[in-house]
Amino acid sequence: MSAQAEAPTIDMDNVQPEDHPIAPFIRMDRMPHIWCPTCGIGTVVKCYAAAMEKLDLDPKTIAIVSGIGCTGRVAGYMNYDAFHTTHGRAIAFATGLKMARTELNVTLFSGDGDLSGIGGNHFIHAARRNMDLLVVLVNNFTYAMTGGQNAPTTPLKAISSTMPFGNFDQPFNLPHLAASCGASYVARWTSLHIRRMTKTFEEAMQRKGFRFIEVIAPCSTLYARRNKLGTGLNLMQFYHDNSEIRHGEDTRNVDIGFQEKIICGKFVDEPEKTTYHENMHTHYEQVLGDKYVPMPPEGGWRDE
Amino acid sequence: MKADPLGVLTGAHYLDGDFAAGEGAMAAGCRFVAGYPITPSTEVVERMSRRFPMMGGTFIQMEDEMASMAAVIGAAFTGTKSMTVTSGPGFSLMMENLGLAVMMETPCVLVNVQRGGPSTGLPTMTGQSDMMQARWGSHGDYEIIAMSPKSPQESFDLMIDAFNLSEIYRVPVLFMMDECVGHMTEKVIIPEPDEIDIVPRKLTDKKPGEFWPYEVNNGELVPEFARAGDGYRFHTTGLTHDYRGYPDMTVEGQWKLVTRLMDKINKNVDDIIRFEEEETDGADVVVLSYGITSRVARLAIEKAREKGVKVGVIRLIVVWPFPEKQIREMAKKIKGFVVPEINMGQVVLEVERCAAGNCTTTSVPHPGGGVHDPETIVEAIVGAAK
Amino acid sequence: MSRKEIRITGFGGQGVVLCGHIIGHAYSIDAGHEATMIQSFGPEARGSACSTSLVLDESEVLYPYLQDLHILLAMSQDGYEQSKDLLNAKGVVVHESDLVVPDLKKGQKGYGIPSTRIAEEIGRVIVQNIVMLGFFAAVTLLVTKELWESAVMDSVPAGTEELNMKAFQAGWDHFEENYGDGTPKKETVETAF
Ligand SMILES: Cc1ncc(C[n+]2csc(CCOP(=O)(O)OP(=O)(O)O)c2C)c(N)n1
Ligand code: SF4
Ligand SMILES: [Mg+2]
Repeated sequence: MSAQAEAPTIDMDNVQPEDHPIAPFIRMDRMPHIWCPTCGIGTVVKCYAAAMEKLDLDPKTIAIVSGIGCTGRVAGYMNYDAFHTTHGRAIAFATGLKMARTELNVTLFSGDGDLSGIGGNHFIHAARRNMDLLVVLVNNFTYAMTGGQNAPTTPLKAISSTMPFGNFDQPFNLPHLAASCGASYVARWTSLHIRRMTKTFEEAMQRKGFRFIEVIAPCSTLYARRNKLGTGLNLMQFYHDNSEIRHGEDTRNVDIGFQEKIICGKFVDEPEKTTYHENMHTHYEQVLGDKYVPMPPEGGWRDE
Repeated sequence: MKADPLGVLTGAHYLDGDFAAGEGAMAAGCRFVAGYPITPSTEVVERMSRRFPMMGGTFIQMEDEMASMAAVIGAAFTGTKSMTVTSGPGFSLMMENLGLAVMMETPCVLVNVQRGGPSTGLPTMTGQSDMMQARWGSHGDYEIIAMSPKSPQESFDLMIDAFNLSEIYRVPVLFMMDECVGHMTEKVIIPEPDEIDIVPRKLTDKKPGEFWPYEVNNGELVPEFARAGDGYRFHTTGLTHDYRGYPDMTVEGQWKLVTRLMDKINKNVDDIIRFEEEETDGADVVVLSYGITSRVARLAIEKAREKGVKVGVIRLIVVWPFPEKQIREMAKKIKGFVVPEINMGQVVLEVERCAAGNCTTTSVPHPGGGVHDPETIVEAIVGAAK
Repeated sequence: MSRKEIRITGFGGQGVVLCGHIIGHAYSIDAGHEATMIQSFGPEARGSACSTSLVLDESEVLYPYLQDLHILLAMSQDGYEQSKDLLNAKGVVVHESDLVVPDLKKGQKGYGIPSTRIAEEIGRVIVQNIVMLGFFAAVTLLVTKELWESAVMDSVPAGTEELNMKAFQAGWDHFEENYGDGTPKKETVETAF
């Protein structure tokens, strides 16, 4: 009994939102957030914040960029320099941010539609360049913000507002897309995999290059409802029963069918792979020697 | 602040307008350029990509113009002076993110070396037909600064002004060249670095925690700036936002923000407008033009003067904002404006609006591909003098 | 008349644009006048023929394109054919005599130099355009010889100055040895303007 009495007690009646261990990483002045009950996006934010709590990095060095969509709102809730940009251009925006202040550690959060639909071109090019960005893509299989239209990730047969008779438009296998374009780190979890996702964020924050993490998450309001999959909770049950962890799996094998098995894990991890910046510096040092004046890590500005 | 000597190629050079614009940008302190190749603008980035590695500048060739414009905004938020360069088709692709730059109040410069349109049009031949796109191209209500150089020398000089204005008003400045000036080689004198005045970013001296990104001091219209990475943890968005940079999607919020974005230009028009005026006192006809057309027009003006017409000249250097007050006043004193442009009549609409029926307004259109035959301008002048 | 118009034509690789660049440099930067060069872009810039035009004037060049061509410098037959109809009735053709056979109209003058052969003799065919320029400089005497030389020095790649000055001198000498009384005179082209 006495041992238990010594354990920290939480006065549940008086606990404040600010007391939450991840509160320092979140803009608490913006709570409550806009996401629906049982939406999966918040879980991803929570896991990232938990990873940041563990890592204890200088908050100055972190910047968050999002595109447009439900997931695109993540930037608005993270307590860092944060940019809510235009639909599809988050990666391009982040590329400029990173290139002009290389000491920044830039993380993107955006949706499947934003990053792989309208922004797909930037996605493949940033992966090709191994641009030093951590890209977190929340895949809810739909364009949620606009009402649940078909996305380039919607599984075949699934119903969306623009495929009312079921989808026949072949979806992307996103980990495979990222890997085949040159990403140095590729992983996938579902929003059920809280601890694993958090660990992956932690690890990916300490890697360099184009790091791609796909998180399968419920859009309870649109995708789940329209496909009669129940609430977010039912989808969590589904993830529990149907996801299979296969680290190192060939990304060719990880495509997703409608309500079929979801292969999760870390598929690619090449910590040594050089980034766009490293390649640029090495190259200029080689060919220009002493004449090369690199942009300082803190940026190309002067104040006097 | 004076220019960084690393970026200034002091001396007399025989340069084309594109190269001169690039040199102007480097002298102005531009150290980040993102672009996508397109004739007739590519020489600007070709020049800069060759010189940048020797002055701490970074050029990246992006996958398209949407990416280029977005990257420029990202880079600008680190405090680095940033620019992109394009022509018609690319300018169209940049419009959405131009709006983002306006909304986030991003100091940056967008060069458009204009060619003939619509669509692919005349890739290698001149035009001035994007002037209204410069004014209105992105959706929503906003005010912008657009300038138009008439020569390689002015492409250099004015570019420094463009960067400085973008800093003062935290607004993207559109540098509307035309292919003729871009591909024209002339003498360009580049001054010593200590003769070039540079406006640095207006950084806040508030501490993190006390700073809000869109808070304006009493009576001011332009907020102070914090660089990403300096510890301010600010948020910015393309959504209608409040002083905190947080979404505020209300009618009041919209009124407040849009009004300020427009006021910061409209209430400072006298500071921003730049034009040359000559012999307008007592003139019957005033020829208003900009860019290469202002030079061709001058030839016509000389001929018309030989015919005894009293002709005055207005050469717009900054086209947007428009010198509305001056044109309104002038309209009351003259018989008519003649407005030659290498388009089918764009800026002339603004002249006509400001003339408000007090004098005639004659458009001298040209669809692009070349400059005017000066005789067509002479005819218009003579007609307007009647 | 203060306005003077020049077109230079040749095939890609002959250094047409550098040639025009040096003329513009000499006339504007070195001599203190104005010189506007417009390279031919557009469909005509593709394929073998390549050209550039200059308008020289005492004050700002108001109309940058050709209106009344005074001097045509032709380094290839194709280039000559494409531009010959622009040349005014009293115009002057300066040409690579081994490569271009001009058909001059009555009133037009022609001056030829085997600049490629001379460049070969100097040792580098690449300086053909500078040999041609030396010759052109002597024919036109648009600026003094010293100013021409300083424009060449400013415009050629570092390390190649000596070779290029030799080429320039060779072109200049060719005029003195083969035309008039051996000294370049302004009158040679004055009638064209
Ligand atoms: C250029 C442009 N086109 C379309 C839209 C409308 N739009 C806003 S969000 C969105 C879809 C977002 O889908 P996704 O990225 O998957 O995010 P989610 O809402 O599912 O998290 C669309 C099409 C827009 N904002 N801008
Ligand atoms: S619409 Fe879907 S994705 Fe958007 S907040 Fe609601 S549940 Fe989440
Ligand atoms: Mg989605």
